[in-house]
Amino acid sequence: MPVTPSPYHRLNPLTKAVIATVGSIGAFVLGGYVGPIAIMVIMLLLAWRAGVLARLARVSLLLTLPIAISVVLVSVFTRAGTTVLFQIGPFDATAEGVDFALQTLVRLFAISLSIGLFIMTTEPRAFVFDLERRGVPPRAAFIAVATIEAVPTLVERATMISESQRARGLDTEGSFLTRVRGLLPIVGPVIIGSLTDVEERSLALESRAFSRPGRRHLLWAMPDEGWERVLRWVLFVLLVGAAVARLTGRI
Amino acid sequence: MLVLSGVSYRYAGYARPVLHDIDLRLADGEIVGVVGANESGKSTLCLVASGLAPGSIGGALTGGGLSIDGEAMADKPLHEFSTRVGIGFQNPATQLSGVTGSVFEEVALGPMNLGLTQPETVERTKAALATLGIDELWDREPRRLSGGQGQLVVIASLLAMRPPHLVLDEPTAQLDPEGTRLVGEALRKLAASGTAMLIAEHKTDLLDDLCHRVIALDDGRIAFDGPAGTVLEDERLVALGVDLPSRVRVASALVSRGLDPAAVLA
Repeated sequence: MPVTPSPYHRLNPLTKAVIATVGSIGAFVLGGYVGPIAIMVIMLLLAWRAGVLARLARVSLLLTLPIAISVVLVSVFTRAGTTVLFQIGPFDATAEGVDFALQTLVRLFAISLSIGLFIMTTEPRAFVFDLERRGVPPRAAFIAVATIEAVPTLVERATMISESQRARGLDTEGSFLTRVRGLLPIVGPVIIGSLTDVEERSLALESRAFSRPGRRHLLWAMPDEGWERVLRWVLFVLLVGAAVARLTGRI
Repeated sequence: MLVLSGVSYRYAGYARPVLHDIDLRLADGEIVGVVGANESGKSTLCLVASGLAPGSIGGALTGGGLSIDGEAMADKPLHEFSTRVGIGFQNPATQLSGVTGSVFEEVALGPMNLGLTQPETVERTKAALATLGIDELWDREPRRLSGGQGQLVVIASLLAMRPPHLVLDEPTAQLDPEGTRLVGEALRKLAASGTAMLIAEHKTDLLDDLCHRVIALDDGRIAFDGPAGTVLEDERLVALGVDLPSRVRVASALVSRGLDPAAVLA
């Protein structure tokens, strides 16, 4: 059973997935400022309770910033509007553009906080095994976990190869072009090495009856309390309600 | 008993077989070592003996076949092999599933795949860890283990499937001396427990210590097959690219200096 340092970590993975999904889609559906900002506040409060507030805020900012900058530039200077705030060359910065950019930004942050909170408080295997318990085929569950868990291994391998190449004189520092050139000799070994690993891993798994058809009896399952099931349904109904209200123009 | 009778095998996309007319018997409780230079066919032999070639990796048996306990294994689904013969490879990192958070879960993965009940899985997992003496690693994260510990977890994972035969393809090849020692001790425990093993290895000291019988491969053919003591003392192995065990080399060096090994080493 994965380590669960806070009550939020201890929630059933599906409950946390529903919270993340409703937070993400809800921010989009609600639009404006109030809805997405309320979602942001809720996610930050939950993150604080889970003890991951600082990390979530940092990661969310880092991940969202590049997109946010593009969104702000494109929206502020290309969106048509009647109130021109200032001009840069042929481009007009309009109040409508600023408003649209800000609305998009709060949505983006709400989405990244929702997804980030789920990722930081849920072990992939806990989520996938929970899905398997609910009837998802073990093979699909395995592929999902293996894909997520392969990321740190890939990063480790890339770092090792990069350091080895650097020790042999490859220049990976400096200008953007130098860095791109430095990446090329690393990409090949990383991909080929990973493919070789996958082949050996698949053979090793075959030796452990991976291809046997039928259900498995799992060693553990994350608890799923009755109130969590109710909460999931309530969140789902709220999301559907918000979508209907949005489509019918009530919000 | 695991039997290869007149097996020839070629990989997919290649016309030339890699194994030629291999006859091999692995009796219950027997430990057979396989030596040979690189590319001599050791790994392929391991894959064929475990049913993964051609079953999983493709290619074709161009002659002969594999039988286990008198039953021909051709066309059997791969999962049926897993309870009859387990295979371990060189690199522990690539044999761990990558989806478990503890050694216990890793070892339990195979029994779970077999569809065993939770108590049965737990019992098998505990027994496998105990057999190899690695109970204390149960809650460690598999990715953070040393090479030797990782290889022990891999072997425990195979043991938990309770196959009467184990095929190990250079189980100590990527290990440091400490890792090699750990795995060597574990294999000795397994040998004492009566598990039949086919072990392909370059480290002939390990085979000299463990095996009842040794076969030497040369270009996919069996060049020598006999009791471990006899085959591993045969100096013709050197021409096949096989290092003789250190006791044989020491004895040979003593003889070449006019000394009596029995007297010196006594």
